[in-house]
Amino acid sequence: MNISRTQTTNVLPPPIERFTLLGWLKKNLFGSWVDTLVTLFSIGFVYFVTATFLRWAFQTAQWEVIAVNLRLFIIGQYPLAEAWRIWLGVHLIAALIGLTWALYVREISNILGIGLLVVPLLLALIDFSLFNRLNLIGLSLVGLAGWFIGRKRTAAIRRISVWSWVLIFPIFILLVRGLFPQGEVLPVVTSNLWGGLLLTFLLTVVGIVFSFPLGVLLALGRRSELPILRTISIIYIEVVRGVPLITILFMAQFMLPLFLPGGLTLDRVLRAMVGITLFSAAYLAENVRGGLQAIPHGQYEAAHALGLSGYQTMVLIVLPQALRAIIPILVGQFISLFKDTSLVAIVGLFDLLGISDAILAQPNFIGRQAEVYAFISLIYFIFSYNMSFVSQRLEKSLGVGER
Amino acid sequence: MTNNQKNGGPIIICRDIHKWYGHFHALRGINMEVNKGEVIVIFGPSGSGKSTFIRTLNRLETHQRGQIIVDGIELTHDVRHIEAIRSETGMVFQQFNLFPHLTVMQNITLAPIYVRKWPKKKAEEIAQQLLERVGIPEQANKYPGQLSGGQQQRVAIARALAMQPKIMLFDEPTSALDPEMIKEVLDVMTELAQSGMTMLVVTHEMGFARAVAKRMYFFDQGQIVESGTPDDIFYHPTEERTKLFLSQILSH
Repeated sequence: MNISRTQTTNVLPPPIERFTLLGWLKKNLFGSWVDTLVTLFSIGFVYFVTATFLRWAFQTAQWEVIAVNLRLFIIGQYPLAEAWRIWLGVHLIAALIGLTWALYVREISNILGIGLLVVPLLLALIDFSLFNRLNLIGLSLVGLAGWFIGRKRTAAIRRISVWSWVLIFPIFILLVRGLFPQGEVLPVVTSNLWGGLLLTFLLTVVGIVFSFPLGVLLALGRRSELPILRTISIIYIEVVRGVPLITILFMAQFMLPLFLPGGLTLDRVLRAMVGITLFSAAYLAENVRGGLQAIPHGQYEAAHALGLSGYQTMVLIVLPQALRAIIPILVGQFISLFKDTSLVAIVGLFDLLGISDAILAQPNFIGRQAEVYAFISLIYFIFSYNMSFVSQRLEKSLGVGER
Repeated sequence: MTNNQKNGGPIIICRDIHKWYGHFHALRGINMEVNKGEVIVIFGPSGSGKSTFIRTLNRLETHQRGQIIVDGIELTHDVRHIEAIRSETGMVFQQFNLFPHLTVMQNITLAPIYVRKWPKKKAEEIAQQLLERVGIPEQANKYPGQLSGGQQQRVAIARALAMQPKIMLFDEPTSALDPEMIKEVLDVMTELAQSGMTMLVVTHEMGFARAVAKRMYFFDQGQIVESGTPDDIFYHPTEERTKLFLSQILSH
């Protein structure tokens, strides 16, 4: 009896720290005179920067350049009569985001979830055309609808969501490009009319979708036991990594036609896509190789001992673990790919940056650089931050069963 | 050879196996024959080649000289032979080597589904029976990282058994385990031995060896120094090196 009592009294609750505002301030901001100095300096600095920026943003800046050219920023010279096709594509994506959100993030009461729903509604308050306003409201509704469907979380819905993400890519491109050269329905919109955020987005997605498998193959090639395959992979990776993206983009514009059979021509956007893909694949290969090296040899041995073939071992055992280990690196690379697409402006494409330069060249808007670049920076940031957020989610949900 | 095996002859035949790592002569002429249903224990100091030897039997290591015949198939560079032998031979490793990204159930059913081409349902039924056999039926949907070392090793045994192998190889299966978990793994292995499985076990668990081994082999410097029944080895060892090694591992 006595013994058991002493044993239970030995289990003590952890000490409780009472939270007080003053205590928190003292502990975290004004602990010593150095802390106090750093705190005061930081406050002053942040105030100075914010105040200057806000004064500029609300007093000096003339945002008319953005408002007037918003369509150019978003879709470039894409014909207005066909803009509904892009809206349709975006609606499909919104529905898919809603569906996937319900499947994997669960709660909607997340700050980003609310943001995704509310931002289109807020944008609809701005003085756009009725068509665009209705579409913006529709975006929220479609997203919400997707979320309600996804909430059932059945295996079938999961499967549908995966396949939809695979299919949405060609469908979107098909919608943007069109089907029939001179048809009544879905006439082709040539790629020299694609521009703005639309083009940036397409360059990024094509770059990711094609450079990913190519990069994985190159990484496997570099580790292959076949000398020719290994040599080719090493030469490719090292050559491409030794050349700046901008020169590769130039070469893709001017040299790629040399390698194509006569008669076959690629338009300028496609050439840029090829350049970005080839460039990104080399870096991806090195990242994937890093992931492959992190897999202990015992995993290969266990797989072989079970009778799995080399291919099965790679696809079922090694790659899933290697790729999971490098998700943060991969997403980091995709974010920089997204931003690096702005270099196509230099080879004369009208992506977000290229169209900005074109807008700034109009006589009405000379000297509006600050406004334009601040605006497109904000757009780049919003998308980059979203990719980063999704990556953190992915890491968490895939982290189950980590060693 | 095939005839010999069908007549109930040896299921494993090793003739004069040699293996070098660079200039280091790791295996120096190993001869061994194992009959169906026999339990063989291999022991010896570290670096004696015992692990290397057992790993040549499913070609995780290649031998450079000599002949290995497993279940009537000679191990050569022929990939089909290697894969055939590997699917008939289960292996359990010191470090478990479970696949950390798959659940226990997926670990066990992976090879039956992708190598044996069984339907998923059948593979899962058999996996569940095996989990019950190794005493952890309730862990099927956990990931390896959520299990104790002893549980992981029992999953590894179940994973190897799921291929319904004719031979089981154990490479120091209890060396990475805490003392209180060694017993739960040895119990599973003992039960397996009593069920008539052909087993080659590299281990220093002398209690296990005494209880279930048909024959024991003492390895040192890439050679078989001495072999015999557990009685021979424990009570009448003839070689000085065997006596010395046994006195060292049995003294504490």
